[in-house]
Amino acid sequence: MSSDAQALHHESFVLNVGPQHPATHGVLRIKLTMDGEYIVDAEPVIGYGHRMHEKMGENRSYAKFLPNTGRLDYVAALFNGHGYVGAVERLAGLVVPERAEYIRVITCELNRIASHLLWVGAFLVDLGGFTPLLYCFDDREHILDLLESVTGSRLTFCYFRFGGVCNDVDDNFIAGARAFVTSMRSRMPLYDAFVSKNIIFRKRCEGIGILSAAECRKYGASGPVIRGSGVAYDVRKLEPYSVYPQLDFDVPVYTEGDCMARYRVRIAEIVESLRIVEQALDKLPAGPVMADKVPRALKPPKGDCYFNVESARGSFGVRAISDGSENAYRLKLRSPCFSNLSLFQECARGMLLTDALALLGSLDLVIPDIDR
Amino acid sequence: MESAMPVKDLKASFEAIAQRNAAGQPLLAETDHGAKGTNLDLTVPAERVGDAARILDRAEYMIEAITGVDWLADKQMEIVYDFVDPVSGERVTFRARAPRDKPELPSISAVFPGANWHERETHDFFGIVFAGHPGLIPLLLPEDATFHPLRKDFAP
Repeated sequence: MSSDAQALHHESFVLNVGPQHPATHGVLRIKLTMDGEYIVDAEPVIGYGHRMHEKMGENRSYAKFLPNTGRLDYVAALFNGHGYVGAVERLAGLVVPERAEYIRVITCELNRIASHLLWVGAFLVDLGGFTPLLYCFDDREHILDLLESVTGSRLTFCYFRFGGVCNDVDDNFIAGARAFVTSMRSRMPLYDAFVSKNIIFRKRCEGIGILSAAECRKYGASGPVIRGSGVAYDVRKLEPYSVYPQLDFDVPVYTEGDCMARYRVRIAEIVESLRIVEQALDKLPAGPVMADKVPRALKPPKGDCYFNVESARGSFGVRAISDGSENAYRLKLRSPCFSNLSLFQECARGMLLTDALALLGSLDLVIPDIDR
Repeated sequence: MESAMPVKDLKASFEAIAQRNAAGQPLLAETDHGAKGTNLDLTVPAERVGDAARILDRAEYMIEAITGVDWLADKQMEIVYDFVDPVSGERVTFRARAPRDKPELPSISAVFPGANWHERETHDFFGIVFAGHPGLIPLLLPEDATFHPLRKDFAP
């Protein structure tokens, strides 16, 4: 090989992915430096959807910020609402009626299933398989109908209030949720046969995009990402909130750390969420769904607290600081996707571009949750 | 991952680096997780944040978040670091304060690479400078942004 040809061979080039690209699922840009098909560096560029939600949390009353929470991670919007009302309730010392907490758990777990279904469909499209998406959206549609009947919206939910929920569930919702649990269980073998055992899917996922437990810890990657790397960190179990301690469920953990492990965690979580929904429906107590005497203009006493929930993507946390006025003095929103994406640059180095896109998809990113 | 160290065993290490009040007592408190969302809440001098991060790294804690708070009346910036033990779910929160007119403290991104983005975000929002950070350029704000929207005296 001549020296010119050798120089040419080692010449790297810059490849731009996004900000408008189907593989990024939102306005995410990745500045890639490539050596042929291999990634030398992959720098995510974020902020295209930044709306400064944290400033909006400071310049309006606590209640007026509630609809904002549905616009962070809009694929699993109920969790953001749960994290926010949980933080404010903790600050203000509000006690939530048990029925309301059960309803929060039921609706959140339905939302988790809907979110994981959307992810399975979108991830398969990333890998070149279009058909599963249609099955996923079919099942997800039932959940959206159920949630619409009680929350009034299908995506950007604003259902939780300080001290409870704004609308009680009716018999139709309960019957519908029970029917969904039965039908979704009967569909799981189909997904298993259709996707989990598909040889092309397995070749694209097994041994691809391996993340170690230490990498997850150093970058703060939570949710199915860290549970696919062998660490059983689940906020519902380890930092219990709401009525989760009264419900029996397992935390699926896989140790391989590859895309397949993250896929298996999410599929197993759908099954566990069905268990949670079923038990919560059985145990759903009678009673009010709102605490008494929550002031219209809520003024929590001076203080500083943190509250986090296990969203569909990991630990969603809210740090709320009150100066005793009607507006929060500071409202920090800890986004799971932000931390989950932050490890991409290090982990994508040396990977084939197609494998890196599988890794990116397996992180289950919702870009407006990152940008906030 | 092996089980990390319980918070009560970390307390002594943190007492050694914690900021002292006028009476010489360390600014450190064990708190109720259910009431405050953390198990240990302490304040360290700004130059000791790297030491605090290394204690948590040795104990195999996970980085959760870094953020700022602008205390305009005190003319100070507070920087809040949240960590969690992913095995036990116990939490440690440490804080540091820096003068508001020149807020600067060391970066912990060499200890926890995940701090890189959190520090860039905190720089975006508050103008807090993390010395030793490999690239403190705007992350969420436009690339030519010179404003810091979460400063209490920010006017659009």
